[in-house]
Amino acid sequence: MPAPTQLFFPLIRNCELSRIYGTACYCHHKHLCCSPPYIPQSRPRYTPHPAYATFYRPKESWWQYTQGRRYASTPQKFYLTPPQVNSILKANEYSFKVPEFDGKNISSVLGFDSNQLPANAPIEDRRSAATCLQTRGMLLGVFDGHAGCACSQAVSERLFYYIAVSLLPHETLLEIENAVESGRALLPILQWHKHPNDYFSKEASKLYFNSLRTYWQELIDLNTGESTDIDVKEALINAFKRLDNDISLEAQVGDPNSFLNYLVLRVAFSGATACVAHVDGVDLHVANTGDSRAMLGVQEEDGSWSAVTLSNDHNAQNEREVERLKLEHPKNEAKSVVKQDRLLGLLMPFRAFGDVKFKWSIDLQKRVIESGPDQLNDNEYTKFIPPNYYTPPYLTAEPEVTYHRLRPQDKFLVLATDGLWETMHRQDVVRIVGEYLTGMHHQQPIAVGGYKVTLGQMHGLLTERRAKMSSVFEDQNAATHLIRHAVGNNEFGAVDHERLSKMLSLPEELARMYRDDITIIVVQFNSHVVGAYQNQEQ
Amino acid sequence: MHVPEDAVVSSADVALALASAASQSGVQIYDRTSILHVMVKRGQVAGVETDKGQIQCQYFVNCAGQWAYELGLCSEEPVSIPLHACEHFYLLTRPWETPLPSSTPTVVDADGRIYIRNWQGGILSGGFEKNPKPIFTEGKNQLEIQNLQEDWDHFEPLLSSLLRRMPQLETLEIVKLVNCPETFTPDMRCIMGESPSVRGYFVLVGMNSAGLSFGGGAGKYLAEWMVYGYPSENVWELDLKRFGALQSSRTFLRHRVMEVMPLLYDLKVPRWDFQTGRQLRTSPLYDRLDAQGARWMEKHGFERPKYFIPPDKDLLALEQSKTFYKPDWFEIVESEVKCCKEAVCVIDMSSFTKFEITSTGDQALEILQYLFSNDLDVPVGHIVHTGMLNERGGYENDCSIARLSKRSFFMISPTDQQVHCWAWLKKYMPEDSNLILEDVTWKYTALNLIGPRAVDVLSELSYAPMTPDHFPSLFCKEMSVGYANGIRVMSMTHTGEPGFMLYIPIEYALHVYNEVMSVGQKYGIRNAGYYALRSLRIEKFFAFWGQDLNTLTTPLECGGESRVKLDKGVDFIGRDALLQQRQNGVYKRLTMFILDDHDTDLDLWPWWGEPIYRNGRYVGKTTSSAYGYTLERHVCLGFVHNFSEDTGEEQVVTADFINRGEYEIDIAGHRFQAKAKLYPVPSLLTHKRRKEDVELSDLHGK
Repeated sequence: MPAPTQLFFPLIRNCELSRIYGTACYCHHKHLCCSPPYIPQSRPRYTPHPAYATFYRPKESWWQYTQGRRYASTPQKFYLTPPQVNSILKANEYSFKVPEFDGKNISSVLGFDSNQLPANAPIEDRRSAATCLQTRGMLLGVFDGHAGCACSQAVSERLFYYIAVSLLPHETLLEIENAVESGRALLPILQWHKHPNDYFSKEASKLYFNSLRTYWQELIDLNTGESTDIDVKEALINAFKRLDNDISLEAQVGDPNSFLNYLVLRVAFSGATACVAHVDGVDLHVANTGDSRAMLGVQEEDGSWSAVTLSNDHNAQNEREVERLKLEHPKNEAKSVVKQDRLLGLLMPFRAFGDVKFKWSIDLQKRVIESGPDQLNDNEYTKFIPPNYYTPPYLTAEPEVTYHRLRPQDKFLVLATDGLWETMHRQDVVRIVGEYLTGMHHQQPIAVGGYKVTLGQMHGLLTERRAKMSSVFEDQNAATHLIRHAVGNNEFGAVDHERLSKMLSLPEELARMYRDDITIIVVQFNSHVVGAYQNQEQ
Repeated sequence: MHVPEDAVVSSADVALALASAASQSGVQIYDRTSILHVMVKRGQVAGVETDKGQIQCQYFVNCAGQWAYELGLCSEEPVSIPLHACEHFYLLTRPWETPLPSSTPTVVDADGRIYIRNWQGGILSGGFEKNPKPIFTEGKNQLEIQNLQEDWDHFEPLLSSLLRRMPQLETLEIVKLVNCPETFTPDMRCIMGESPSVRGYFVLVGMNSAGLSFGGGAGKYLAEWMVYGYPSENVWELDLKRFGALQSSRTFLRHRVMEVMPLLYDLKVPRWDFQTGRQLRTSPLYDRLDAQGARWMEKHGFERPKYFIPPDKDLLALEQSKTFYKPDWFEIVESEVKCCKEAVCVIDMSSFTKFEITSTGDQALEILQYLFSNDLDVPVGHIVHTGMLNERGGYENDCSIARLSKRSFFMISPTDQQVHCWAWLKKYMPEDSNLILEDVTWKYTALNLIGPRAVDVLSELSYAPMTPDHFPSLFCKEMSVGYANGIRVMSMTHTGEPGFMLYIPIEYALHVYNEVMSVGQKYGIRNAGYYALRSLRIEKFFAFWGQDLNTLTTPLECGGESRVKLDKGVDFIGRDALLQQRQNGVYKRLTMFILDDHDTDLDLWPWWGEPIYRNGRYVGKTTSSAYGYTLERHVCLGFVHNFSEDTGEEQVVTADFINRGEYEIDIAGHRFQAKAKLYPVPSLLTHKRRKEDVELSDLHGK
């Protein structure tokens, strides 16, 4: 999928390089260059290695370049108009409302809004949402790819099938297997809720199906007929691990079709984190692998919003993860296994799908690469073996599963890739979404009462509040609204159009320096249904 | 806008002063007393039931402000008073470093939608915002008025425009933002007068936030009304009876006042139609006409077509169409008028108020003869144009009455007469079960076929001879049109042009319309709207009731002598006044003015209300105007007075006085020469007068 920013930059893209940087420099000079505290420079997932300068344009070069060029080129004003900004922000937005039936089987989920804003070209984030058809519940997930989008794409297509199959009772699995065997029509398992840009790979569909079928055949064989209760947590863990295992196996076995062969290798050598929520009535499970995050928006009795984190980041900021890694490897690796806040000094997330470079033995890696297609051989990155690579695997796709029982005050869940969390505090995220969903009813009215306030001060305050309000009304999608804030917020937490315009008009070569791909799903819960569940059980 | 003579008074102080003055004259004032109920006996106010007991009274005045709607309902016979409150905010500040002097002028910035005035050395500033907040729609909860919240976010645009206009105010310290709801009416005019349903029940409310400025005058007129039975000025535009129950829906009022309140500081352009509260009453043909490009205006809740936009034409957007110059519909209406003159047009006129008066004996004729100035004892099938006059000979209504049979009459009045005329008739009609008055407005769809080919269309559709020999002018017949039988066909068009009015029972409306349009095709038929009608009427010097004619104008003052039969043998209402006036002469005369040196394309148009100058001296104002496409001139109607040069006293106006003057009409400061006429231009009256038909009498002055 082409990044929407491209649409607005045909001119720039055709200009000579110096012009690009000259323009960009002017645009960002005032706000970006001089006030770095507000724009955390995004760090690519892998530390740039001298050998891969071509893949990861080091930020230093850009800084030097612009500083030197600033005086040489004519500054051009380059603002996007509000409609242009909106068309970029809304290009990928998607909303789904759970249809209402007359009183029966009312879902605890009202619906969801999702959106993504690319920084990479093409975007490496993926998202998925589906309703389980043979069991109850809804699945929603965000996937943050790195070193390409092949892995995140594959996971976004396949993971929910693995989860759904893991949740299926024995009889249903048998029925499906029999149907496949006898060539009858299959029971549908998932109802996808997709944006037109969310594609599924046609070519690999057969291969993926065969792997999935093998999985359920094993589930059927393993079934002892003892317990019929399926544990969601276990099912989620099994599904994650099984899919990662299949990705690895498919790459090792290869495929006679050269396109597919290359595809499975790209999937295995790239990586993806996953954060998946399963909502069934009041039971909310979050399975997380990597550094995307699930955040629950809770409305307190006084109407204010608070954030409850339902996932732990698997990265260097999580001490338990660092501890786990150190325990899983010999003592002498304690210093090298996490270096510069990265796994083996390279990878930011400590759990991920794919990334066989951190999972396979050196032998296996070399063998697969050598027998693989030329494209793979020519790729410096795939050939590169991480330093201090002694006791693989260093990386796992096993998720950490959090269970939460929904309460009526739990109004929504935000699933988002780290692109969001790096720019905004969780408390702000929840407040902004909460205020958006409740139509800003809780923007406290201002009262002068006793304080000394001048007309000028009051005017300043009101203008700021209005700016906040107007951005609410522009968006029909909570995720879009959140992205608008994440990208356009100024020092005061209000959306600043100028800044938004600048951030969105970054040429795609530069966008990744200032922000990461952002993918957001906001799931809204039906408090009435959740409350009714509670009352029933009491 | 800076108003140097402006003064500031406190409404509370004024009220107290009035109260104490009244007390001194013996008026008893009951504080903290709430009205439970207004008692009505035989359509007349009998008393008031309060929480402290009963009070007997003959008159009751509802001037309860924003509570008037509720109070109106607290009556045995509910009185609907259409008004609705909106929150209104104003700001108070601490004094300026050097406190503002009390002589500080009041400033109104209409563009910024704000007013600013001195308040205890600081300022008081409020405004009428674009997005008002209606309040108390549910009624009953109005006790909350004490603790209404300030809403700074809502006030922000007004504060911004205040600081834009006077940036230095920035340093002033805020005392508070006051939330003080104001009441608004559906047309931004206040409501006064007697209830149409309860005699003695008077109303004075809905001041649209100008209560203090209008209170004195409004009170004077209401007092006159109660004491003499009528006010000394024409207040039809403020009369409660201009509204009916149909304007009293809470939803309607809530929506409409949101449009009305911003209007206070908006530029009010001519022929502006409200956009809210529309499509309430419609003809069955509404959708058909709308699909053919009709643009609509609203009168008394009824949608009427203004004109039809041809498929290949685009009009300006609503906001851009606001103008005092030539409007964008000029050519569209021109072609509709041309079609009326040369071929045939059809105008949906269903909105007209239609009453039927029937009786078992002669009661109907008797009461109508008493109420109307023209002679209604005409052969069955005749139509009579007549005024409904008051004791002073003034027009209470101007209508057409068809005698359907010996004992039943069909009466057609202007749309906004529905409540007023009904109340007037009811007031005078005896309680007699053998005399029945029925409002049949909703029963008939009215189509006006105007033009020389109307006769061809109708004869083809009815297989009946329609020539003047068989169907003379001002005649009414029930006949079949297409498959539909029992269509009331009248040979009149309200324009002076040849043609017919069809009164069609609504279930036949679509059929008859379709037939007329398909048969009319070969005669060049097309739809037309009210703007075309207006233009046609004014060329023929047809006056409009409610605009040119009102309760203070008599038939003798506007060339309506032929519609008055003083010697019809009945002492009808107003006869004495007219007899006297005939003796004494009139003090004003409705005159038709044709603008001479007015450039339609470049000059500001007359939109009525323009001063009339005779030999350089002011003699009156125009009351209506329209472009006459046949004359290719603007036509204005207006009353000419004869003010004494010395005393300014009104003197008799004679035809001679009118004819011997040089006239000018002042449009926004520019005077245009105008020809004054007392009768319509003859060349327009008859098709072509042949030379040998000219009589000596044509040479007489009129």
